[in-house]
Amino acid sequence: MTVTAVEPELLTRITGDEKHSPSAHSTLDILWVLYDRVLRVSPETADEPDRDRFLLSKGHGPAAYYAVLAAKGFFPVAWLDDLAGPESRLGHHPDRVLIPGVEIGTGSLGHGLGLAVGTALGLRAQGYDETRTFVLLGDAELDEGSNHEAIAYAAATGLPLTAIVVDNQSATHGWPGGIASRFVGWGVSVVDGRDHTALEAALMPRRDRPHVVIAVVEPKGS
Amino acid sequence: MRETFVATTTALLEEDPRTAVVLADISADAFAPAMRRHPDRVINVGIREQLMTGVAGGLALTGMRPYVHSYAPFAVDRAYEQIKLDLGHQDAGAVLVSIGASYDASAEGYTHQSPGDVALLDTLDGWTVHVPGHPDEVPGLLRAAAHHDDRVYVRLSSQQNSRAHPGTELKVIRRGRTGAVVVVVGPLLDAALEATRDLDVTVAYTHTPRPFDTDGLRALRPAEVVMVEPYLEGTSSRIIAAALADVPHRSLHLGVSRTEERRYGSPADHARWHGLDAAGLRRSIAGFLG
Repeated sequence: MTVTAVEPELLTRITGDEKHSPSAHSTLDILWVLYDRVLRVSPETADEPDRDRFLLSKGHGPAAYYAVLAAKGFFPVAWLDDLAGPESRLGHHPDRVLIPGVEIGTGSLGHGLGLAVGTALGLRAQGYDETRTFVLLGDAELDEGSNHEAIAYAAATGLPLTAIVVDNQSATHGWPGGIASRFVGWGVSVVDGRDHTALEAALMPRRDRPHVVIAVVEPKGS
Repeated sequence: MRETFVATTTALLEEDPRTAVVLADISADAFAPAMRRHPDRVINVGIREQLMTGVAGGLALTGMRPYVHSYAPFAVDRAYEQIKLDLGHQDAGAVLVSIGASYDASAEGYTHQSPGDVALLDTLDGWTVHVPGHPDEVPGLLRAAAHHDDRVYVRLSSQQNSRAHPGTELKVIRRGRTGAVVVVVGPLLDAALEATRDLDVTVAYTHTPRPFDTDGLRALRPAEVVMVEPYLEGTSSRIIAAALADVPHRSLHLGVSRTEERRYGSPADHARWHGLDAAGLRRSIAGFLG
């Protein structure tokens, strides 16, 4: 039972030929809560140096991401009608150079968390203490070892950073012991990834050390 | 050259608030004073080269100018996809500064050597490559890189020539009367000059093989080109072929062989084994020119 202000029409317009549709929808509620309630960023402030940063590491299945950005006015809704066409700015993986509001270009898994660590460090070094950095990963993406370099470093240095792992149980070998146990030294919230109130409660508080929000949604393919 | 790099970058940290240094333990001791002074901008991520490069990309996306440093095999070979995606694909820049080069770490073995670093960067768009041949060439290159956001690779070596040659263009060191041109990159210049002492050839030098000074080479009207490079042999063959596509010429490309030596010894030993000492270069060049 999804309650979202993203008009269903927007998703319909984009998902006609969407490549990875199940995972696309796994992120819809998280993205809506972020852009509607949490992030201090808008089309008008998309290039301001002190804007909040949201990095979509899990770049595959970006339909929900595109729908939310379009709903929030970062680019024209009409762009949704030509996903991955020869003249389209919207591909099966997002490209920051082509899409207003997109902070990083992703697709190859395991790159967003490292970029987020660098982003948080860069913001801190420049005194943007009010600016927050968020990064969204998939549970299967955690298989990539590069994530674990970033997880361990952020914990060791107490870097304020919010990671969100959308858990739809898509990792081939699973995560015995749970995803939270991989984030040693991080604060952890485990929430229903469809519950807007719970998502907001987990994402809104500012913290002075790294925090991971594990957003549990239906298993992939269910 | 490493000491010059540390001193110059430490000064840049002082002068320019955009400057950041990202390390993966290598040279962390040398940067300890700078880290104490600028704890937010001298970042040692530990032995994590993927993260080192990702952090550089993130810093650049916030408007900073990261100098990223490690041994060449770790800075380039190991983190190749991060270089491709976390920098290039993000349209972000960084200054990658490596040590170790092809076989400076001769006693450490092949794990600590990267003859292929420049060839790897040649697969990517927009990289300027500096291969200084003398410590005095290093500060200017590092300082110039602070003034823009492009992608720059600075390949430092413990091998060096007896004197520095500033300027990124192809510089004629000795002019011959024939159409034979020996183009030498970085620290192999002294060996190449000795190798060609009594040969009637033009010897030209550059510490900046990318972008290669194509106009400078064409202006020499070469009929024979010998490239002498301190990294993988043939790395510049594509560039030279394109530069002289409409000019009848013969070419010879000398550099580090693909064959793993599986021997230790000194850098001088490796230079000899790869035919990059004066005697080996003379043998190859004289044989080619006939």
